[in-house]
Amino acid sequence: MLTLENITKHYNPGSVNEMCLFDGFHFTVQDGEFVSVVGSNGSGKTSLLNLICGSIDTDGGSIQVNGQDMTRKKSYLRHRKIGRVYQDPSKGTCPSMTILENMSLADNKGRHYGLRRGVNKARMESYRELLSQLNLGLEDKLHTRVGDLSGGQRQAVALLMSTMTPIDFLILDEHTAALDPKTAETIMELTDRIVRKKKVTTIMVTHNLRYALEYGNRLVMMHEGNVILDKSGREKEEMDTEEIMGIFNRISVECGN
Amino acid sequence: MALLLSVLEQGLIYAIMGLGVYITYKILDFPDLTVDGSFPMGAAIACILISRGAPSLLTLPVCFLAGAFVGMLTGLIHVKLKVRDLLSGIIMMTALYTVNLRIAGKANLPIYNMQTLFDNEAVDSLTGWIPERFRTVLIIFVITILIKCLLDWYLSTQSGFLLRAVGDNDTIVTSLGVDKGLVKITGLSIANGLVTVSGCLFAQQQRFFDISVGTGTVVIGLASVIIGTSLFRRITVWKVTTSVVIGSLIYKGCVALAIRMGLSSSDLKLITAVLFLGILVLGMERKKKVKTDADIREHNKTL
Repeated sequence: MLTLENITKHYNPGSVNEMCLFDGFHFTVQDGEFVSVVGSNGSGKTSLLNLICGSIDTDGGSIQVNGQDMTRKKSYLRHRKIGRVYQDPSKGTCPSMTILENMSLADNKGRHYGLRRGVNKARMESYRELLSQLNLGLEDKLHTRVGDLSGGQRQAVALLMSTMTPIDFLILDEHTAALDPKTAETIMELTDRIVRKKKVTTIMVTHNLRYALEYGNRLVMMHEGNVILDKSGREKEEMDTEEIMGIFNRISVECGN
Repeated sequence: MALLLSVLEQGLIYAIMGLGVYITYKILDFPDLTVDGSFPMGAAIACILISRGAPSLLTLPVCFLAGAFVGMLTGLIHVKLKVRDLLSGIIMMTALYTVNLRIAGKANLPIYNMQTLFDNEAVDSLTGWIPERFRTVLIIFVITILIKCLLDWYLSTQSGFLLRAVGDNDTIVTSLGVDKGLVKITGLSIANGLVTVSGCLFAQQQRFFDISVGTGTVVIGLASVIIGTSLFRRITVWKVTTSVVIGSLIYKGCVALAIRMGLSSSDLKLITAVLFLGILVLGMERKKKVKTDADIREHNKTL
């Protein structure tokens, strides 16, 4: 279980541009939940993910995972138990290394990176098997540099890599936003399959309201650093795109967008 | 023949430095100017050790460790004190000028008539059957190849993979649960260790230390790396490290030719600068920036 308690976060403190994003923010995610987070630009979605991953520090409040305080834990240490896929497909992989090398790196996550051979030949078959589930033909391209793949293929590899080792959370940061509609659909289906199979607790930020409704079992809408809509289970299933769109437009108008 | 031999000797010695620069410039994407101080440091350490009667073989590990230490300092300045990469190197380079003078005790320290790596009893007994003028180049060749193979091996280990990953995309290193700062410091240490070993060999081949031997080292290193990697970009038969070694030989060859054609050795730095500029412009390699795909994103939003 993930708990954010009484979080305060200011941007540009002490300057004329000072902005208070979170003030006494609470947020809880239960184990096994697949949460879709929507909201307009600047509503705090990505900041929320960055706070959880430790990419930015809190000014106040605490972050706990399964009762353990994580608030001051270094970002790289938190990532040992977090899988993260970024909006930019190049962020989740190493372009100058091959698919095989990338997967070998990810396979060792959480353990010591020592002087053993970087590629474990005995694991190659299982990498092939993982890749073949993507139906992108990547299982025959183990020795291709990831930089030579298309954005969608890279994102698929990044998704696989982020879920290869046991993790507490999967964090998806608008991970389909930079892809064409067809590829985005494929990646979204793949995400759903992986999340179901691994039963991993997932937080997905998206601008695509349809994805937010269609996938996952909880929907959260954020606005100016607050959760203004939080539906799960049956309640969520009964919502439709128009209803969400209505709420979304209303708050956007208030904002002057 | 003598010219060819001297090009080979110096080219192979500078190739080790080139491999160090390859790690920082190409793998880590870190323009490291520490090199201008760590190269003469190797020369200073070698000369002072040898003039005090230490066995010449000892100079190699001592220089590597000393170089790794200053590389680590550059890394710490950059990572922990958050000083920009270029400036971190300049700070260390400046500091090392004094340190090198202190190590050697003076600005110029010859080691003529002393036993060096290329000229001692063990070498004489082992390579007695080889004509004397080929001995030095042979020993340098063996050392350079050995170091190249060690580096190749390291880059194929898990730790080496991290090093390659951090220059490529440091976000992923954090995602893998590893401190990216530590990886950068490790890379800088190994790189400067190699550069210092190169300076150590250089002093023993030239038989002197001079405080000015380090000036422009980084440019020679960059030139070797860029010549090697751009000329053999399409070649996959051998590793990039081999291209760097060949690049260093080609560079030294060009400089030797320029001097042969009548330019004096005091013109050397100018030739180096002009050559380097030429190489940079010709082999212009823009860092591949990934498209942000903003258009596609816009398109997606409207769906």
